[in-house]
Amino acid sequence: MIAEIGLAALWLAAALAVLQMVSGGFALRSAAGEVNPLSIYARPAAVVQAFLAVLAFMMLLWAFAVSDLSIKLVANNSHSMKPFIYKLSGTWGNHEGSMLLWVGVLALSGGLLAAFERRLPERTMGATLAVQGFVALGFYAFLLLSSNPFERLPVPAIEGVGLNPLLQDIGLAIHPPTLYAGYVGLSVAFSLAMGALLTNQVNPAFARVMRPWVLGAWVLLTLGITAGSYWAYYELGWGGWWFWDPVENASLMPWLAATALMHSVAVLAARDALRTWTIMLGVLAFSMSMLGTFLVRSGVLTSVHAFAVDPERGAFILGLLGLYIGGAFTIFALRAGAVAEGKRFAVSSREGALVFNNVMLSAILAIVLLGTLYPLVTEAFDVRVSVGPPYFNPAAAIFAIPMFLVMAVGPLLRWKEDKPARLQFEVSLIAAVLISAIALVSFVGDIPFLPLLGLGLAAALAVAAVLPLRGRKLARVPVATWGMVLAHFGVAVSLFGMACEGAFTQERLAAVAPGGTEQVGDFSVTLQSVSPVAGPNWTAIEARMAVSRAGGEPVMLAPQARNFWSPAQATSESALLTRWDGQLYVVMGNQAEDGRWQIRVWWKPFVTFIWYGGILIALGGMLAVAGRVRVDVKRRAAVKMGDARRADLEALNPAPVPAE
Amino acid sequence: MRSRLMLWVPLALFAFFVGVAGYMLTQQKNQFVESAMIGEPLPEFALKPAFPGLPGAARTDLTGGKPRLLNIWASWCLPCISEAPQLEALQAQGVEIVGIAIRDRPEDVANFLARYGNPYSRIGADDISEVQLAIGSSGVPETFVIDASGMIRYQHIGDIREDDVPLLLAELEKAK
Repeated sequence: MIAEIGLAALWLAAALAVLQMVSGGFALRSAAGEVNPLSIYARPAAVVQAFLAVLAFMMLLWAFAVSDLSIKLVANNSHSMKPFIYKLSGTWGNHEGSMLLWVGVLALSGGLLAAFERRLPERTMGATLAVQGFVALGFYAFLLLSSNPFERLPVPAIEGVGLNPLLQDIGLAIHPPTLYAGYVGLSVAFSLAMGALLTNQVNPAFARVMRPWVLGAWVLLTLGITAGSYWAYYELGWGGWWFWDPVENASLMPWLAATALMHSVAVLAARDALRTWTIMLGVLAFSMSMLGTFLVRSGVLTSVHAFAVDPERGAFILGLLGLYIGGAFTIFALRAGAVAEGKRFAVSSREGALVFNNVMLSAILAIVLLGTLYPLVTEAFDVRVSVGPPYFNPAAAIFAIPMFLVMAVGPLLRWKEDKPARLQFEVSLIAAVLISAIALVSFVGDIPFLPLLGLGLAAALAVAAVLPLRGRKLARVPVATWGMVLAHFGVAVSLFGMACEGAFTQERLAAVAPGGTEQVGDFSVTLQSVSPVAGPNWTAIEARMAVSRAGGEPVMLAPQARNFWSPAQATSESALLTRWDGQLYVVMGNQAEDGRWQIRVWWKPFVTFIWYGGILIALGGMLAVAGRVRVDVKRRAAVKMGDARRADLEALNPAPVPAE
Repeated sequence: MRSRLMLWVPLALFAFFVGVAGYMLTQQKNQFVESAMIGEPLPEFALKPAFPGLPGAARTDLTGGKPRLLNIWASWCLPCISEAPQLEALQAQGVEIVGIAIRDRPEDVANFLARYGNPYSRIGADDISEVQLAIGSSGVPETFVIDASGMIRYQHIGDIREDDVPLLLAELEKAK
């Protein structure tokens, strides 16, 4: 029954998506200020559709929770002996389940928009919901026609195949849902951009409606990428935190577009400038999400995220991509010319700085997009290449460095026009910090250019981030400004972690006999014993290592080489020792012929700051959402109170009766 | 001044991408990892029985007299269930099939054979995939044709479908 309820809910949701699309479309046929009687169904359709899509997802979650092996998806991806938490997270650890999650988030964000957004003109709202319904419809069709998660087996399996052991980790429970919520939350920005473009309502009021959605999705994306990076770092056992893998890039590209969008929507809301640019980025951000889905799901690119590869499904998503992105770009090309040019501004103004950084972000996006798609293009001409860090790092840095410099000064500039001379003190302070940090670090040791520059920029950005608070009464600084300060400071923290990891990491690869000791940095690592251990669905060889720092009290670390038996796969479980100033990362390898064990140890100073920074950035975003929503609620309450008072006054002093 | 033509640039770039991606989707990608051991002699091995009902398997069990099939499988593998009837059909044609069970347990092997039939003459237990790796197999199920001199002649990757049966019979004939 579970599967049938889920499937029925999906079909009904698809039908409601049609209703939402058609009814929303009728809103376009009404004159401004009027409401077309046929357009009133769009909102309820979106809300009920959200309920049904979430219900379908809950049903699949339930099927996984009770290991219903008569459902093909469960039999192929779960196992009755698996720990409960991984049974649940196994729901989205596969193609069909993750697409259902995708569609569920899509419907939910559409439903939330329909339920809570009352500020937009009805025509624009109708068009927005029509677009949202149209997008949802395509993905319902994809699920129902080519990736049905509820398909039954003719004969129930006796036992499930199990979940890929790399995915049997708490990381899978957190990373995909957060990332998807961000990815697909951007669909609202896409629909709003299309709605505003179709009804020619690209103005500050529209930007204020769009802003919390963009911010919210961006916060979730930030958290999702941060969690994913940390997960890959400790689970894959390679000791790296970013690999420029196509699937990682697929999550980075929407983030870059959303970051640019978030800043340009702020300019539109505050200054009524950058109209077309904001629309373009709104379309681009969600397009990058869909493109990422295509790259991951179709298997056209080779990636460590080796998901089920199915060209037929790839063709289906490519068709959807062509329809939605192609359609959006066509409407953009046809209508953007009609959008009146926004307000103008001087080069040295806050808008100017934001535009510069928007262009830099877009350039980095183009670099990442090009690097990701390049192997695909060359392969079409029978040349196989692999694009990696030697391309991405310097190419992204070329644009990231000026961006960080402008980012330090931008928030200090005034809107519209500003004299650079006014900021003499601030600019010299930032420059002094930058130069002295670089001088100090290069005095300490010989480190590569990019990490050195990174350290200098991190120091400068950390100081610059709090400068906007200078000379202001802290209690009166708006919450959203605190959010910006925190997020910019988070960028500095993260950059510091990346630069330290690049500059100061120490690595030791050695074959050690039990009882032997190795030295890494000021840590001494002693291999005490190697013994077999067993878990619920794996067996492992576990090394016990005593780690002591500079002769201090030893701490036990226990890295494992695990063998899962369902499905059979070997994984390497790293052991981490976290200190405030870095992490010791230990991986164990094979036994050599002479009985010694290979171990690999890294000391990574301040590597954790990469993810602390990510969390700070996300927290800053949350503060900004909270601040914007609070101000907005206040403003609406004030307007309502003003209306009520005016009505009271009118009731008390009736209009003078015209004299006879 | 922004030019109207500029507004079409995103669409043009996107159209180019769709073209390339669409073309790439139609290209057959070779997903399978072929063994480098084809045409090479079978490596030396001797495996203990996978369950009490049948003897274990060693290299000598696969050589001499006629070509045989070496089937790499496991009781925990779903495609192995779907290829079971085809293995039985091959056995009915007089083909000797030696099985190697990968990372399995005796009671599971016995259950599997009782449920889906037993086409094997002997089954070795490869608990750490050593033989599987030595002959260049990267997954289950895989089936190899071994000729009388112990040479690996042919590799079939994935489950054996109905139309693969004549193919394998022809390969066995060629290996004579």
